[in-house]
Formats: sequence, structure tokens, C-alpha cells
Amino acid sequence: MSGVLHLGVLSVFGDAIDFIFNQQEARTGQTQVGGPDQVLHLTGQHLKVTFLALGLAVAIALPIGVALGHFRRGEAVAISVGNAGRAVPELALIAFVAAFIGVGLVNVTFALAVLGIPPILTNSYVGVSQVDRNAVEAARGMGMRGLQVVARVELPLAVPTIMAGVRTGAINILATAALASLAGLSTLGDLILGRNVYGDAGVVAGAILIALLALALELSLAGLQWLLTPRGLKLARAGA
Amino acid sequence: MTGAIATVAPLVGQVEIHNRTGQNAPCQAQEGKVFCLGWAIDNFDRYTTPLLNQLFLVLIAVAIGFAVAFVFAILSHRQQWLVPTFTAATGVLYTIPSLAFIFLLLPITGLGWTTAIIVLSVYTLQIIYRNIVAGLANVPMDSKDAGRGMGMTDRQLLWRVELPLALPEIIAGLRIATVSTVAISTLMVFANVNTLGAPLYQQIDFKTNIVIAGGLSILMAIVLDALLLVAQRLLAPWRRPSMEALI
Repeated sequence: MSGVLHLGVLSVFGDAIDFIFNQQEARTGQTQVGGPDQVLHLTGQHLKVTFLALGLAVAIALPIGVALGHFRRGEAVAISVGNAGRAVPELALIAFVAAFIGVGLVNVTFALAVLGIPPILTNSYVGVSQVDRNAVEAARGMGMRGLQVVARVELPLAVPTIMAGVRTGAINILATAALASLAGLSTLGDLILGRNVYGDAGVVAGAILIALLALALELSLAGLQWLLTPRGLKLARAGA
Repeated sequence: MTGAIATVAPLVGQVEIHNRTGQNAPCQAQEGKVFCLGWAIDNFDRYTTPLLNQLFLVLIAVAIGFAVAFVFAILSHRQQWLVPTFTAATGVLYTIPSLAFIFLLLPITGLGWTTAIIVLSVYTLQIIYRNIVAGLANVPMDSKDAGRGMGMTDRQLLWRVELPLALPEIIAGLRIATVSTVAISTLMVFANVNTLGAPLYQQIDFKTNIVIAGGLSILMAIVLDALLLVAQRLLAPWRRPSMEALI
């Protein structure tokens, strides 16, 4: 019995790989689905809305979090925003947008940005507010003004914490972009939620592609973090 | 061979729908209407089962996640080399979006609670483990020395000094894990578990329904979070968790 199950499982994953590389007839007949063209198109769509929403989230959350952290004000607000963000069910958010605000790229971008803002804001606050006071005092002693202190001391030293927030936000956004199909936006979620058309092979192919995309995004952002982290901080960590 | 393939049943079964759409008509017909109180009162019973299912699912998943994370945290407290290994492993799992995770597991574990519990408890591992390790690492050396001076063994030191002092971080981790698990558990409608995601998914264009189902889910997260906060203040009133444990 277990052997039988095993064969079945393998065949589903095999079919899914086949779906990614070879076009085939849809479950509903007539149209062709799957294959590199459709997969690349949906991946492109998925990444497009992910990066738009992530960019928007960073543009809103980073300045607020950094400002709060710089003046060490509003800790309660900065921390609770992060908590509240975790409580929002992604399915409810997409349903809310579809029912109350409307479908399409712009609406979905704003909705997804909502998921990215909390971790970025909270982490920017924590990262900046926890920069060593002595480093800030030294910078002021060297004659730096407020914005110079932020740009040249606080931000660079907070890079690891801020980027951890950006990574969390990015993965939240990419994950929920899969549900954007429910709000009239074509993404890789189409494959997962369109079993009638794509069959089990398409569903599992969608899941594989989304998982790989998430890992790739996480790795790229980890690389970006490494590039942005000041050399001194890396040395300090290696030595610790 | 054909038999083998035939055993792979449809991945996504139909979630049982209480077909009462007829009753929605008076409310749904009013396009601009954001919330129909009358409908909500008359139909609230259709949310009780999803609500209880979701609560039950969250409690099981967090309990399993905590048990596993706790064992690994204690192991790596003695064997520090396990920390980066376990952090990396759970980190990779944590990165996989939940929706994709569900559909990757379905061919193996099938529709139902098993898949839902596996996915949800796996997501709690990273946060709970990280916070237990951080909590243990934050225990002041002086406290440990005092315990040793009183003649405690390693085991006594762990259970009577280190773990109690790590409670603020440990409970902070449980709070984060619980709140996220509540939110993700709505997605378990795709594993055919009748959580609050079921009404959300079935009538995604019905505003009153979305307000109720989404609202109940957020409310559940807030209540569980508050209960854990109270527990933390009662069990460890002397200290708040460090800020790193909150993000």
C-alpha cells in the first residue's frame, strides 16, 4: 500500500515538472496551458506586483521607522504596528480589497504593501533606536547634524535589523501575491487556484514555482544586506 | 500501474458549503451596504464551527511547534553548534509561502487536518526556537554563578534558574507564533479544513461575510495575544522581554 502511494506521489511531482517545461492541453480542452512561455509570463507578473508593493512599503515604512528610532519616540506604536500586521489574515485582506476597494494592479499593490509595512517599520525603529549611544555622541562631537547622523551613522549600523524586516515584508508580499488571482490579478497563484483548468500538475507546479521564487528572493535580499552592511560591522561580527 | 495513479485522488476536494446563498440576497443586493447587522445576527451560527475549528487548529499547532522547538533549544543550549544549523533549517522552511507549502504537502499527506497541522507547526518553529535560545543566552552570568554556588547540577540550574529567567523572551516568542498562526490558519481552507477562511473563500464578494470572518480571525489573534501577555506578567513580573525578542 505504501509503495502504491509512493508511486502516485512521484507521478504528481513528475507531472508538475513536465507542466513547467512542456505546453499541454488544458483540462477544459481547446486551449494550451503550461510550458515555459506561460510560466515565465506568470512569474513576471508575480514579481512585478511583489516589487511594486515592496517598493511602496519601504517608501512608507522606512522613513517613519527611522525617524521614530532617531528621536527614540513612539516605541509602543512602532512595536504594536508590527504585532498588528501579523494578525491580518492574508486571505481576509485580499477578500477585503476585492469586495470593498476593487480589483486590479493598483488596488492589489496597495493591499500587499499593507503587509510589508509592519515588519519594515518595526525593524527600522528597533535597528536605529538601538544604535550605540556612544557612536551617535561621537558623530555629534565630530560636528555632524541630525540628518548626517542618520545617514552616516545610524542607518549603516542598523542595516542588519532593517534588512531583516525588509526580508520578512518581502516574503509576506510574495506569498500573498499568490492570492491576488482572487482580486483579478494574474500571478503564479492562478496555477494553484485554477485546478479546473490546469489540473493537479498545474497546481503542484504553481506551488513549486512560488516556493522557489520565495527562496530566490530571500537569497537575493540576503546578498543585498551583505553588500549594504558596513565592513566594520561584518568584521565585528566575525570576531565575536 | 494505472491503479497507482488512480489512487492520487483530486488534490482539492470541495469544502462543504452550507448552501444558503438565497438568504444573502436581501443583504447582498444592497450594493453600497457595508454591513448588514440583521443578516449577521440571523446567520452568525454559520461562523461558530469555523471559529472553533480554527481555535483548535491554532492551539494544536502552537503546542506541537513549542514542544519541538523547546527540545531543540535545550539540546542546542548544551551543543552550541546546533544553533546556526537549526536556525538555517527552520529559516528555509519559514521562507516557503504557506499557500505553496500546503499544495506541496497535499500529494503526500492528503487533504485534512494532518496537512494543516504540519504546515502551521513548522512555521512556529523558527520564532519559538529563536526566542528560547535568546532568552537562555540573556540569563545573567551572576545568576548562574549563584545557582552553581548553591550546589545546583546543570539540570537543576536549567530548570530552576535559566528557564524561569528566560520566560519573558519565551512567552514573547509564543505570542508572535500564536498571532501569526491564527492569521495563516485561515488559509487551511485549501487543505479542506473548515476554518474562518472557508466562509471568506466561498463568498469572497459578500462584504458582510468578509467583515465577520476576517473580524473574528483578528479578534481571536488579539484575545490569545492578550492572554499570553497576562501570563507573562503573572509568571515573570520582574522584567519585560528584550526588544529583539519582539521583532
